[in-house]
Amino acid sequence: MRRSFSLRLSAFLGFVFLYAPILSLIIFSFNASKLVTVWGGFSTKWYAALLQDQQILDAAWVSLKVALMSATIATVIGTLASYALARFGRFPARMMLSGAVTAPLVMPEVIIGLSLLLLFVALESLVGWPAGRGVDTIVIAHATFGAAYATVVLGSRMGSLDRSIEEAAQDLGARPIRVFFDVTLPALAPALISAWLLVFTISLDDLVVASFVTGPGASTLPMVIFSKVRLGVSPEVNALATLIIVSISAVILIAAWQMQKSEAQSH
Amino acid sequence: MTEATSARALKPWEDPNAKPFLQIRNVTKKFGAFTAVNDVSLDIYQGELFCLLGGSGCGKSTLLRMLAGFEMPTSGQILIDGEDMSGVPPHKRDTNMMFQSYALFPHMSVEKNIAYGLKRDGVPRAEIATRVTEMLSLVQLDGLAARKPHQLSGGQRQRVALARSLIKRPKLLMLDEPLGALDKKLREETQRELIKIQETLGVTFVVVTHDQEEAMTLSSRLGVMTAGQIVQIGTPHDVYEYPNTRFVADFIGSVNIFEGKIAEDADDHVVIRSGDTASDILVSHGISGVKGQSVAVALRPEKIAIERTLPESLPNRLAATVDDVSYMGNLSVFHVTLPTGKQVKVSQTNRRRSADDAIRAGEAVQIGWDGAASVVVTA
Repeated sequence: MRRSFSLRLSAFLGFVFLYAPILSLIIFSFNASKLVTVWGGFSTKWYAALLQDQQILDAAWVSLKVALMSATIATVIGTLASYALARFGRFPARMMLSGAVTAPLVMPEVIIGLSLLLLFVALESLVGWPAGRGVDTIVIAHATFGAAYATVVLGSRMGSLDRSIEEAAQDLGARPIRVFFDVTLPALAPALISAWLLVFTISLDDLVVASFVTGPGASTLPMVIFSKVRLGVSPEVNALATLIIVSISAVILIAAWQMQKSEAQSH
Repeated sequence: MTEATSARALKPWEDPNAKPFLQIRNVTKKFGAFTAVNDVSLDIYQGELFCLLGGSGCGKSTLLRMLAGFEMPTSGQILIDGEDMSGVPPHKRDTNMMFQSYALFPHMSVEKNIAYGLKRDGVPRAEIATRVTEMLSLVQLDGLAARKPHQLSGGQRQRVALARSLIKRPKLLMLDEPLGALDKKLREETQRELIKIQETLGVTFVVVTHDQEEAMTLSSRLGVMTAGQIVQIGTPHDVYEYPNTRFVADFIGSVNIFEGKIAEDADDHVVIRSGDTASDILVSHGISGVKGQSVAVALRPEKIAIERTLPESLPNRLAATVDDVSYMGNLSVFHVTLPTGKQVKVSQTNRRRSADDAIRAGEAVQIGWDGAASVVVTA
């Protein structure tokens, strides 16, 4: 059983490597002591303090709003872009579109943030919109690079889609637009969900781009956490991080379960 | 429709006054520099079950897709029931198609799949329900209405696809390899059912298949396609017994080909001098050819007799050596070599069970055939 032992050992080490930091963070969020490195007994007081902290609550609300809106916008744009790339065959500027659509994936965040900031400033002085910077501009920025991820996720699903089900619907009397809503969209549903979730988490997570394009009064959660941590790691931030981890894990589990269900259905 | 009034029995293609239901006129389809369908003309009559038969890439599926409206001809015209179909998109055609992959909507139940076409036409709900029930019993799927496609077997999916494509009572139903995904036993059953359903409803069927056995069983007539062209159109019997080219003779069933020249040309018989056989071949019917012309004699394996000694009354007799015998249960296939080195395939039904005096490999035998058994092809 040597092989089985070494296999188990390497699996164990792998999991430790991945999850030990997260686990210690969760444990220390229940630390009674204010000193992060000293265990002072079990307590949930940091969670209570967290709910009292208006700054963090506001930032969480901003982040949630931004993530919801940008994920939705990005998924719509991604669906249209991947549909065009997969279905319209060769069209002028096809290469340019597919390149442009995936460029944000490899572009450094600093450059995306800077270029969007310059665009927003220029637009404001030219057409007066977007007036100032805040939630609107973060949503636009996140939707922009989120659409790149959504296009890639949806594109792979769209490519493996059986075209004949679309033709069958058309053959049975459905106009092209009906075909899209009756057949193409339901078949894409699992990919739509994963694309939306992916952009949602990326948006929640983003610090760099949001810092560039935000204005006074609109701080996202990562921005607040970052500024707090600069003054020293506080157990309150640990508590907040624990909550985020738990909620994200829940969402991922639900998504995985949904995917599995629809996977079983399509075979 | 009963057997007596079906197209199979009436043979409308033999009636010069019959009006074809589907007319394909000089249709060509090009994809870039590649010509998928090359100047095809074809008339199909009401109530026919017409098979387009050909290997992969011969253009049969492209032709079918043009009938359904998924592709538009590069040139030429398609008329369905006298109506020109140029520029008419698939959803505006009174035709339906059954796809090779069945293309069932995975997120809809069997019932919703079948009802889809009627729903798109705005048929009242109550009527949809009755017609779906009717259709379910026609394809023997009663009780499976609520299932999703992934909960069905291959045979059941095939029936759902058929029901879905028939529910709108199309004038013309196209079937792309309808039985390709079924195993042999189920395929034979389904073939008979398909013919029954087709004759019950009187719908004109155009079936694309690469399986020559399937085309023979199903069709009222069939068209053999190769390289974008239809090389022969006829009833299964005509195409099998009177192939017009070497290609058709070889594609449908198996065949022995003897190359030669016309040595004697009379009204009621011809003699072919072939280097493949040591003696001349007598064909007891006239052909359209001139003396000296290069032709080929096509001869089906089952039309050749094989014995240790054959009666002298048989006009074509040749000595041969048996190379090997393949026993296939219902028949035995003998591979024999003529003194000229030409290999010939002969098949014989195993009428008797005893195999004591059966011809074995290595034996010297005679093979022979009647003057009417062979076909002379010039192309």
